[in-house]
Amino acid sequence: MTDQEILAGLAEIIEEIAGTPADEVAPSANFVDDLDIDSLSMVEIAVAAQDKFGVEIPDEQLKDLKTVQDVVNFVAKSS
Amino acid sequence: MNGVNRALTGAKVLGFGGYQPDRVVTNDDLAKIVDTNDEWIRSRVGIESRRYARDDETVADMAEAAGAKALAASGLEPSEVDLVVVATCSPESPMPNVAATVAYRLGIVAPGAYDLNAACAGFCYGLGAAADSVRAGSARNALVIGAEKMTSWMDYTDRSTCIIFADGAGAAVVGPTADGEPAGIGPTVWGSAGDQAHKIVIPSRTGALTQDGQAVFRWATTALHPVALEACTRAGVTPADITAFVPHQANLRIIEAIARKLGIPRDRVADDIIHTGNTSSASIPLALSRMAEQGRLQPGTPALLLAFGAGLTYASQVITVP
Repeated sequence: MTDQEILAGLAEIIEEIAGTPADEVAPSANFVDDLDIDSLSMVEIAVAAQDKFGVEIPDEQLKDLKTVQDVVNFVAKSS
Repeated sequence: MNGVNRALTGAKVLGFGGYQPDRVVTNDDLAKIVDTNDEWIRSRVGIESRRYARDDETVADMAEAAGAKALAASGLEPSEVDLVVVATCSPESPMPNVAATVAYRLGIVAPGAYDLNAACAGFCYGLGAAADSVRAGSARNALVIGAEKMTSWMDYTDRSTCIIFADGAGAAVVGPTADGEPAGIGPTVWGSAGDQAHKIVIPSRTGALTQDGQAVFRWATTALHPVALEACTRAGVTPADITAFVPHQANLRIIEAIARKLGIPRDRVADDIIHTGNTSSASIPLALSRMAEQGRLQPGTPALLLAFGAGLTYASQVITVP
């Protein structure tokens, strides 16, 4: 899967969980500061990402994933 | 000749009732004693207010009040009840149990009486045990109560837990079905995950509850909807048939996530947590009572119950609304 495909899939997840339109989800966006996503929503995103990409994102990893690009990189590296 | 010669009967819920203490505690009230605020609590757990018991009000007091309402709703006399089960994880002391005291106070003479601890899953465990006792002939009718004084076990400097939990009790009376009447309580689908026991604990008899909220949230939003689906399958219904989904009232976001995965529309889902908080084993019968008061329950139709909590433990069954 290319980074672009992961980004598109992740943006769909973010739209569903946080309500931010998928086409407004920038790779540089910070989950807390830019997307107003809290720790529980991050868990929901991680679970949805696991269903979509088949990559498990453990709780202890989540706190290090601060931007959309961080998650894209993590999924790309792990898949 | 057979050693035992008795056909099994069916079991159903005859009535239920709930009791909440008088004292209302709002998010603003909590913000005065711990670093939190109304917006944070509403967005994280969905609670607007909850009820606290008086200092001198015990688990047994609350259980008695809920049990009396459920008995009245069932139309039974106390003398017709052979078993009292109290699900609780927050009694004031290990002995005596709550159930025998409550039975005595309600005028139920010499029933089987025991407490069970499956934490927030306790009510569905108790309902399953009561239904099986009625089916097997060990009790003609049974009273199941979930009663908790969770506020006795809180650390009021821990803003991740003390904002969530509250006090209350709820109860149901279980009795036999008439000849030819369909079963009113489906098989209990239950289980546990002891490998995750450390995720919700009260570490000692004088300690306070701690939980790994993120881990519990992940577990609750991923592991439990298959349990509820299995309960539907084993009761012979589908989620589309469910007129009321009453999950344990732990966190509104968990409730909504599970309901979404089951495809059950929001207006059929209990949201009693908003004004009740998390009352552990009392939450499901309290939510059922609230939905009944609001006219949101349809007698004769299937309601899906799903309980989960420390242990970790979980249980689910479909009941016919009385």
